[in-house]
Amino acid sequence: MQYSEKVMDHFMNPRNVGEIEKADGVGTCGNPVCGDLMTFYIKVEPRNHDPHLARIAEIRFKTFGCGAAIAVASMASEMAQGKTLSEVIAMSRDDVACQLDGLPPAKMHCSNMGVQAIQEAIKDYLTKTGRHDIASTIKGCPRAVH
Amino acid sequence: MKNGARQIYLDNNATTPVDPRVFETMRPYFSEIAGNPSSIHSAGQQARRAIEEARARTAALLGCRVEEIYFTSGGTESNNITIKGTALAQDKRKKIIASAIEHHAVLEPCIYLRRFGFELVKIPVDQHGTVDLDSLGRALDDNALLVSVMHANNEVGTIQPIQEISKLAHQHGALFHTDAVQTAGKIPVDVQAMGIDMLSLSGHKFYGPKGAGALFARRGIRFDPLVHGGHHERNKRAGTENVPGIAGLGKACEIAASDMAEEELRIRGLRDRLWQGIQGAITEIRLNGHPDQRLSGTLNFSVRYVEGESMLLKLDQEQICASSGSACTSGSLEPSHVLLAMGLPHDLAHGSLRFSLGRFNTEADIDRVIEVLPSIVDQLRAISPLYKK
Ligand SMILES: Cc1ncc(COP(=O)(O)O)c(C=O)c1O
Repeated sequence: MQYSEKVMDHFMNPRNVGEIEKADGVGTCGNPVCGDLMTFYIKVEPRNHDPHLARIAEIRFKTFGCGAAIAVASMASEMAQGKTLSEVIAMSRDDVACQLDGLPPAKMHCSNMGVQAIQEAIKDYLTKTGRHDIASTIKGCPRAVH
Repeated sequence: MKNGARQIYLDNNATTPVDPRVFETMRPYFSEIAGNPSSIHSAGQQARRAIEEARARTAALLGCRVEEIYFTSGGTESNNITIKGTALAQDKRKKIIASAIEHHAVLEPCIYLRRFGFELVKIPVDQHGTVDLDSLGRALDDNALLVSVMHANNEVGTIQPIQEISKLAHQHGALFHTDAVQTAGKIPVDVQAMGIDMLSLSGHKFYGPKGAGALFARRGIRFDPLVHGGHHERNKRAGTENVPGIAGLGKACEIAASDMAEEELRIRGLRDRLWQGIQGAITEIRLNGHPDQRLSGTLNFSVRYVEGESMLLKLDQEQICASSGSACTSGSLEPSHVLLAMGLPHDLAHGSLRFSLGRFNTEADIDRVIEVLPSIVDQLRAISPLYKK
């Protein structure tokens, strides 16, 4: 498995690892059956209903998975930190892969779900704050392909 | 990254380094003695003698006649010749029986043969990876052409009751083949006593070169070649012989035959030391494979809450080479078919780790693994959402 230096850096020194006790939003993608699982916790500030104003003030994650899954989660957390919710909703998995200087083709689908897991957390937040209209437009986790 | 640290190679079931004695045996056949073994001049005849000497050494390792050994490019080819060659050389029997935990080099040729009207019946294994003899008995009938069960499994090391299996096969008039790629040169293989009709072995799994292997086929067994051409290998495998490779394979067989018992014990001691050390330092792990009917160099276990590839990468950063049955390392989305067939849940299959020891490992290698693995597992569990302290 040939990983880029950036992937190895994030894998060996993952940023933002952990949990947030009273998180504003929690999102999980994957499952242990397919070998990759990641859960994100976010704190939102200001806790605004408008996703153009609300920002990700704090982000933490935990991952069970291969090197790519850990690096993806770490990089996605760094990219989302400080951004408004709309900006994160507009992010794609390819942005993460790009920031990591690429991922091996086999890892593009199953391991590259950091952005979606964060979007799940945002969806959770927006649902809790009554913004079902926006929450329902967020696609969230990729479907497993078998 | 610990640059400059000595590499610790614990992936000997994947491949082994060439023994320096093997290398010395091969060396002259690249350019000094470079004749074609089919040529009648002395350069050719010297090469021919090297091949026949290797054949005698290989036959001695297996307890068969020299004319029952066919040199091939390795285990994959020997398995392919056996399965496709026996199937296509007759038109009476249409069923091939193989264990569920065979190497892909056995399963894939069987699956390919379905196109030609053959049926593959996979025999399940128990939790330790031992073939279920009752299921085998039920699958056997007078349509069964071939039973193929590996001598020992490459992932978990479980050794099969070959004698009983071959007896069952023969009771129904089926041929018995064993993929002995993981056992030849490591534990005794006696084709007579074990009732083996055909057997595959591979040089690079026991300190010989890559790309050189052999097929044993008992005299009188009919099988078609896969590669047609000249009259090499008694018309069963055309193409100018890989002389250095074959000479190296022969030497590897000779060394194995003389050092086997002692080496097996030494490696077993190292393997048990490793397992004890790991068990003492890491919680929630489970051994995969048979507790004692197992290759002495193989240690496969699952680490709960952690995925295999991530452990391999961190081990690699410490210059330790191992392997895993996780999906991430198989290149597919499914983890090891061997571990799943043994009934492991997916998450434990993803969390499997295999250390396979060999001739050149030392106690220092083992102690280094025991030193670094627990903290690798701790780090990965600390970031795992499945792990609750
Ligand atoms: C059990 C088994 N059979 C067959 C093979 C294939 O052997 P080779 O690499 O010589 O083709 C291997 C090794 O990968 C193996 O472990």
